Amino acid sequence: MPGVQGRRMTPLIAADHVCVRFGGAEVLHEVSLAVKPGEIVTILGPNGSGKSTLIRALLGLVPLAHGTVSRAEGLRLGYVPQKLAVDRSMPLTVRRFLSLPTRVSDAAAAAALARVGVEDIGQRQMAALSGGQFQRVLLARALLSEPQLLILDEPTQGLDQPGEAAFYQLIETVRHQTGAAVLMVSHDLHVVMAASDRVICLNGHVCCEGTPRVVSNAPEYRALFGLGTRGALALYQHEHDHAHDHDHGHGHDHAHPHHHEHSHAG
Amino acid sequence: MLDDFTTRALLAGIGLAVATGPLGSFVVWRRMAYFGDATAHAAILGVALALAFQLPLALGVLGVALAMALTVSTLAAKGWAMDTTLGVLAHSALAFGLVAISFVPGVRTDLSAYLFGDILVVSRGDLALIWGGAALVLALLVWRWQALLTATLSEELAHAAGLNPNRERLVLTVALALVVAVALKVVGALLIAAMLIIPAAAARALARTPEAMAALATGIGGLAAFLGLRLSLWQDTDAGPSIVASAAVIFALAAVAGQLRRG
Ligand SMILES: Nc1ncnc2c1ncn2[C@@H]1O[C@H](COP(=O)(O)OP(=O)(O)OP(=O)(O)O)[C@@H](O)[C@H]1O
Ligand SMILES: [Mg+2]
Repeated sequence: MPGVQGRRMTPLIAADHVCVRFGGAEVLHEVSLAVKPGEIVTILGPNGSGKSTLIRALLGLVPLAHGTVSRAEGLRLGYVPQKLAVDRSMPLTVRRFLSLPTRVSDAAAAAALARVGVEDIGQRQMAALSGGQFQRVLLARALLSEPQLLILDEPTQGLDQPGEAAFYQLIETVRHQTGAAVLMVSHDLHVVMAASDRVICLNGHVCCEGTPRVVSNAPEYRALFGLGTRGALALYQHEHDHAHDHDHGHGHDHAHPHHHEHSHAG
Repeated sequence: MLDDFTTRALLAGIGLAVATGPLGSFVVWRRMAYFGDATAHAAILGVALALAFQLPLALGVLGVALAMALTVSTLAAKGWAMDTTLGVLAHSALAFGLVAISFVPGVRTDLSAYLFGDILVVSRGDLALIWGGAALVLALLVWRWQALLTATLSEELAHAAGLNPNRERLVLTVALALVVAVALKVVGALLIAAMLIIPAAAARALARTPEAMAALATGIGGLAAFLGLRLSLWQDTDAGPSIVASAAVIFALAAVAGQLRRG
């Protein structure tokens, strides 16, 4: 193993120059990312920017037009999808849901529910839960597989404010206790910033990437979320008129602040 | 005991219910009603082919039902507009089967046996076939139960858990073809889908877990077979339709009971 830097630790899951097309439209272009053990990585981006598609590509749920996805051998992952419609035609209690597909003991199920703050709903029907309760149950189920990697697509949708704060707290705790890495999608800038080790700003391609502090000062990020200052918007548009095909091979330097990690302090 | 034709008929009905209870639950959960229709209607074509080539009836039915079920599930996976496609397939399978069967000499007269079943003349051999097929279906479903439920709930969750939703779909497809072959003698091609859906739908109103629903659907299917046969012997009605009609009455009662319980 090339022990060049600590950051070269084998990733749990990695995308390498991934492109995804739906029909003719390219939804993801040359996206590369890697999640290493114990990291909390957040993907940010506006609606339709391909966040869920990226997650689904990582899970092997959508075909890649180009590029590769690799995961560590025998990776245990817990997944909370953005949407899950439980059809009313299937009677399903929360307790029964937690045992899909791997059966878990009553004690483990109760502990998982207590951990996400919904201890009393084991006998309720999944289809009758509130949005926030449902989201917590999904997380409880993901935690039950003792994952090395938690993949969460907008996990706080439907949670109330205290619930949301507690949720990110919980993610931190889980990471701390189990060492699980977390890859999550979020819209919620400020909370996310506080809870993540690394932020990836996505808009069909990776616009910018780095620690929350670096990203929050990056003009691409500010433009994407309408926080544009100091002519950042102009810079952003200029940036996006370019084809993003210059990740490799060219020795020459670009004038664009494209590859993050250098702070735009101001 | 098996010498009595009413006993044999009842055992045939219960055998069918053992398979249709759990499989019918999946048909309801996955909204595959039309899928069941298309597969069942293809059975008539299977009968025609078996008679024409002098093959065992069950073999012809199983083959054609399997071909139809695989076609439909392949089309579904490719994202065809299922409602229309299934409608076309279900009705044309029936039509082609009926046309084909009129070329086979001497069958026209007992065509209704294939359309509506002939449970009162079930032989010991038929009974063995029905119970064997039903046991096979049940074993298949029990074996894949957890994976099937997960894939039915969400293909994404199943995939993320390392399961293959396509394989689970294939399991159901094969099970459906088996049930069609088994059920032809009992309720006939036209009412097989009814035996899949109605008991399961009745059980839905009363059940809290998938397992309870599958078990209840089996019980309701068996009860419907019992009541339907009673009606048939008493009033000399056709047995297959009488069984389905009984199931429908149970469904209505269960729906009311479910409403009352929920308050
Ligand atoms: N199965 C699909 N078929 C066709 N187009 C799709 C499909 N899934 C996603 N898309 C398109 O891909 C683009 C990205 O969708 P995606 O769901 O990844 O966005 P997102 O970033 O998760 O958005 P949101 O914040 O609303 O969840 C959208 O334009 C969407 O319409
Ligand atoms: Mg999304």
